[in-house]
Amino acid sequence: MIAVASNSRRVRRIEGVIFWLLRLATYFILACASYIFLDIGIKGGRVVFTTTPPFLNLPFLTEPPQTLYVFEHEGKKLTLSDRQFRDWKTAHAGVEVETSSVAYSAGGIWPCIVGTALLVIGSMTVALVIGISSAIYLSEYSRNGRLIRLVRIAILNLAGVPSIVFGLFGFGLFVIFFGWNVSLIAGWFTLGLMVLPAIITASEESLRAVPQGLREGSLALGASKWQTIRKNVLPYALPGILTSSILGIARVAGETAPIMFTAAYAMKDEMPWQVSRWTDFFFQGVMALPYHIYVVSSKIPQNEYTERVQYGSAFVFLFLVMLIALTSIVLRERSRSRLSW
Amino acid sequence: MVSVAEMPEKMTSPIIVNQSESMPQSEIERGMIEIEQLDFKYGAHQVLHDVTLSIPARAVTAFIGPSGCGKTTLLRCLNRMNDLIEIAQITRGSIRIEGIDINASNVDVVDLRRRVGMVFQKSNPFPKSIYDNVAYGLRIAGITKRTLIDEAVEKSLRSAALWEEVKDRLHVSGYGLSGGQQQRLCIARALAVEPEIVLMDEPCSALDPIATAKVEELIRQLKEQYTIVIVTHNMQQAGRCSDHTAFFYLGRLIEFDATAKIFSNPAQRQTEEYITGRFG
Repeated sequence: MIAVASNSRRVRRIEGVIFWLLRLATYFILACASYIFLDIGIKGGRVVFTTTPPFLNLPFLTEPPQTLYVFEHEGKKLTLSDRQFRDWKTAHAGVEVETSSVAYSAGGIWPCIVGTALLVIGSMTVALVIGISSAIYLSEYSRNGRLIRLVRIAILNLAGVPSIVFGLFGFGLFVIFFGWNVSLIAGWFTLGLMVLPAIITASEESLRAVPQGLREGSLALGASKWQTIRKNVLPYALPGILTSSILGIARVAGETAPIMFTAAYAMKDEMPWQVSRWTDFFFQGVMALPYHIYVVSSKIPQNEYTERVQYGSAFVFLFLVMLIALTSIVLRERSRSRLSW
Repeated sequence: MVSVAEMPEKMTSPIIVNQSESMPQSEIERGMIEIEQLDFKYGAHQVLHDVTLSIPARAVTAFIGPSGCGKTTLLRCLNRMNDLIEIAQITRGSIRIEGIDINASNVDVVDLRRRVGMVFQKSNPFPKSIYDNVAYGLRIAGITKRTLIDEAVEKSLRSAALWEEVKDRLHVSGYGLSGGQQQRLCIARALAVEPEIVLMDEPCSALDPIATAKVEELIRQLKEQYTIVIVTHNMQQAGRCSDHTAFFYLGRLIEFDATAKIFSNPAQRQTEEYITGRFG
C-alpha cells in the first residue's frame, strides 16, 4: 500500500510540472505581446501625444521627415530640424557652430502614411479584381479536373512563398522587365500578388456560403449563369469577401520586403500628388511606413535622437493596422447578422 | 384569378415572341410535354429506365412514388436543371416540349427555363424585397419599364393568392414572410415571367396543413392557364389536386393514367399496393 501511495505522489508531481510548463508556455505569449505593445505604446505614445491641446503631435503626423541638427551655442544644446536650422543661421549670420546631423530624425512621417495608404488602396484593388474573378471561376464555372487541382495547388503554394521572394519577383518582372522602375504600380502588383491567395480563398468561401437554392431559383427563372452570379450570388457574397479582405489590408500595409525593391523610397521630397503629368503618378516611388521604420532603425547611425522617429513610426503603424483589423471585425459581425439564411 | 383574356397586351413579353418563332407547328398544343424512352444516369448509377410519358397541357400531372424512384430527377430534366450536376446525363431517349427536343444543341437553355418555370421543395426566396423577388425574372428578361413591372408583380402576386397579404409591405424582405407565404412568393415569382409550364417539386413538404390547402387551391386554379407537373409524397395531395398521376418505382414508370382511375382502379398491382400504403 505504501508503494502505491509513493507512486501516486510521483504521478501527481509530474502532473503538476506538466501543468506549469503548459501554463508558462501560454503566459510567455502574453508576456511577449504585452512587452511589445507596452514598449511601443509608452515610448511611441510620448512622441505622438502631447500634454497640451490638441494633445496630438500634429507636426509629427503632417510633416515630411527632416534632418535633425544638434549643436551647442552659448552653452546651450540646441536640436533643430532642417528648416529651423536654416532660419537660425540667417538669424545668427556669421556665427560658426559645429553641428552633428541625424537623418530623418526631425519633422514627421506624413509622406510615409500617404505612401502606405496609396500602396494599400492600389494593391487591394489589383488583388480584389483578380482574386474575385478567379474565385468566381473556381467556385461557379470550373469543373473538377486535373487542371483545377493544379490551380488549387498553385494557390496554396503562392500563399507559402516568403514575401522577400515576392519582392524579388516583382523587381525582376515589373521593375526591370516591364520597365516600370521603382514605382507605385510595381508595388501594387507585387503586393497584390502576395495577398492574392488569401483573397481567392476568402472569396471562394463566401461564394460557396451562398445557398445553392438561390442559384437554382434564379436559373429556373431564365437567368443566364452570369446574370445569376452577378445579380443573385455575388451581391450576397460581397460583404463576406470585403470583410475577409480587410485582414489582407493589414498584411499589405505591413510588409516591407515586397516593396523594398519595387516601390519604396527611403526619402522623397515631393508628395505623391506633386507630379508634372498625371501618368507620372503611377510611375513614382513613394515612402512607406514599414520601409521607413526599417530605414530609421537599421540604415542610419543610432543615437539618442533617433528613438523619437523609430518609436513614433512604429506606434502610428501599429495603431493603423489595429484600426484596420478592428474595422474588419466590426464589419464582419454586422454583415453576418444582416445576411442569414 | 386573372383570365387569359384580361392579360394586358403589354405583357406579351419577349418570351412569347420567341416561342412563336421557334414553334411553327400549329397542331402541337402549347405546354405539352412528351417524354420518350428516357434513360438517365448519375455517373454509373442509372436513375431512370425507359420512361415514356405524355404530359397533357393545361392540366395537373402528379408524379408519385417512394423516395429515390426518380420522380424529382425526371422533373428536373424538364427544365434541364440537371445540367448543373456534372455527372448527370441523359443516355437515351428524348424530351419534347411543344414538339421541340429540349436537349437538342440548338435549344437555348435560358429560353427553355423561362418557359418552364420551377418551384422548389425548399422555398427559396431571394434575400430581396417581396417586390424585387417577383420582379427578378422580368428584369432578367430585360424589361425595365416600371409600370409594366408594377403590373406584372401585382398580377403574379394575385395569381399566387398572396397579394392581399403583402400589398402593404411589398418593399420589405421576403424573408419576413411565413413558410407558406414564402412558397407562394416563389410561385408568384415563377408565374411573373409567364411560363407555359410550371414544375413543382414537393412544394408543400415544408408547409402546415392550412398553408398546404392554400397552395393546393392555387394549383387547381393555375391549371386553367398553365401545364403543371407536381412531384409529391403526399398521396392525398395527388388525389386532391391532380388530373393525371404517374406512379414511379425504382426509376421506371409503372403506371400513368387519370388520377381518378389510378386511385380507384389501378391496373398494376404495385400501384395499388403503394397507394393503399402497403409499401413505400
